[in-house]
Amino acid sequence: MSVTTEQLPSPLRIGWHRGGVELKEFVRDREAMVFTFALPLLLMLIFGSVFDEDIAPGVTFSQYFVAGMIASGLVYTGFQNLAIVIPMERDDGTLKRLRGTPMPPASYFIGKMLLILLSMVVQISLLLLMGVLLFEVSLPATPARWLTFGWLCLLGIVTCTLLGIAFSSLVKTGRGAPAVVSPVVLVLQFTSGVFFVYSELPTWMQQLSALFPLKWLCQGMRYVFLPDSFAAEEPAGAWELPKVALVLLIWAVIGLVLCLRTFRWQRRDAG
Amino acid sequence: MEDLAVAVHGLSKRYGDQVAVDNIDLEVRTGECFSLLGPNGAGKTTTVEILEGYRRRDRGDVQVLGEDPAHASARWRSRIGIVLQTATDVAELTVDEVVHHFATYYPRPRDPNRVIEAVGLTEKRANRTRTLSGGQRRRLDVALGILGDPELLFLDEPTTGFDPEARRQFWDLIDSLKAEGTTILLTTHYLDEAERLADRVAVIAGGQIVARGTPQTLGRRAHGRASVSWREDGHLRHVETESPTQTVLDLASRFDGEVPELSVQRPRLEDVYLELIGADDPIRVEK
Repeated sequence: MSVTTEQLPSPLRIGWHRGGVELKEFVRDREAMVFTFALPLLLMLIFGSVFDEDIAPGVTFSQYFVAGMIASGLVYTGFQNLAIVIPMERDDGTLKRLRGTPMPPASYFIGKMLLILLSMVVQISLLLLMGVLLFEVSLPATPARWLTFGWLCLLGIVTCTLLGIAFSSLVKTGRGAPAVVSPVVLVLQFTSGVFFVYSELPTWMQQLSALFPLKWLCQGMRYVFLPDSFAAEEPAGAWELPKVALVLLIWAVIGLVLCLRTFRWQRRDAG
Repeated sequence: MEDLAVAVHGLSKRYGDQVAVDNIDLEVRTGECFSLLGPNGAGKTTTVEILEGYRRRDRGDVQVLGEDPAHASARWRSRIGIVLQTATDVAELTVDEVVHHFATYYPRPRDPNRVIEAVGLTEKRANRTRTLSGGQRRRLDVALGILGDPELLFLDEPTTGFDPEARRQFWDLIDSLKAEGTTILLTTHYLDEAERLADRVAVIAGGQIVARGTPQTLGRRAHGRASVSWREDGHLRHVETESPTQTVLDLASRFDGEVPELSVQRPRLEDVYLELIGADDPIRVEK
């Protein structure tokens, strides 16, 4: 009998390796690259070019839209990406194979998180670069706004990631995943004030979207990118940053609980 | 109990009202190659996946390397190796990258380069997994299965899609693992593979073990009927008998010398198997 007293590699170390492998696979899969990075840029280009009037004194639509698009970017990289990729990895045997090795489950999620954080930084940088170069978007004006930008991105991406993993359990097959996930994201974008000015939406729509995190992410990003005068346009007449944090936190907890209770390593029809 | 790698008693599993595995007993000794034979849907995969820790059982005692796989630890997983049946993962990584990456999961992995060499993928090491042929892909699966230097290796239909040359190489590889003392649990459709590799076999059908033994003795193979055939009056004649020697002696005296096209055949493992699982016997169809 062989002796098995050797230390198992630590979950963090394996997670780090998984991050590297995830990155390689992501970069080599051109469709995923295009989907993640080109779509927000394309939307920014179209909406920024079509709507060039001011929506409030001193606030261009582009300035408004960049806030919504960065919030959407977090939803794309965290939620949409995982809700589609995990069912695909369940179908192609990735998850089953990993489950049959001593790799700790945490390492799989650490690897995903590393790739998502990197994608987020690249995506936001590209959006801001395009906004500044083409649409005269101005960057956050004060250190306080940069600080809020930082925690909002982190809290937002964690919430979106957890919800994406949780949602992946609802999706039966990898092939059907985009058709299930994309409409959810699109409807939330329309009702949460990404494409339209939120205060101009019907009240029932505002109330509906206020149940979901994207509306609050957008609101927080508007604080980061718009002048204080615009706070008067918000439904509450204020930025409500504590409430933004609270709603995101509640959704993060809901997502975490759902992940722990529902995550499956195999397809449901595999028994 | 230390000499048993796998000990299963009264294992049952149902899906809805369909019984997949019905009160199975199974023992695999440490160091042996044990083959589980059976048609699709017989309960083979369900049984093996319960042993691998992938599925929960409804009833029964299961010990694999001394632990219950339903509560398997990472340490336990580092002592087993699994070769999956169908996987198309890691498509964009090269053979080299995949094998070196998976080696980081294990406390005491084999040398990744030696493993790649052992499965015959050295020339393909820089190729993306997506570009491998079916047989090469399976060999990569085998590489990942043996990478952690497992005490117990699960092989699920390992040579599906191999050409004869690749199968022979694969069998040699399994021989060398056996020689190192690795316990192997093999499920296969190929009876010649079970005959070549397995020390003992069990046939599973309808969720139950219908026969067990060595490949040579399964289903009274060594003692059962033999079939004797020869040509007479332009027709191929054929009898099945429990005393083939006497039949041949009778024929020899009748023909007074060479019996045209004489052959004596013990049932092949495949014939025994088909009879056990209740399929039509091809020999009788020819008659």
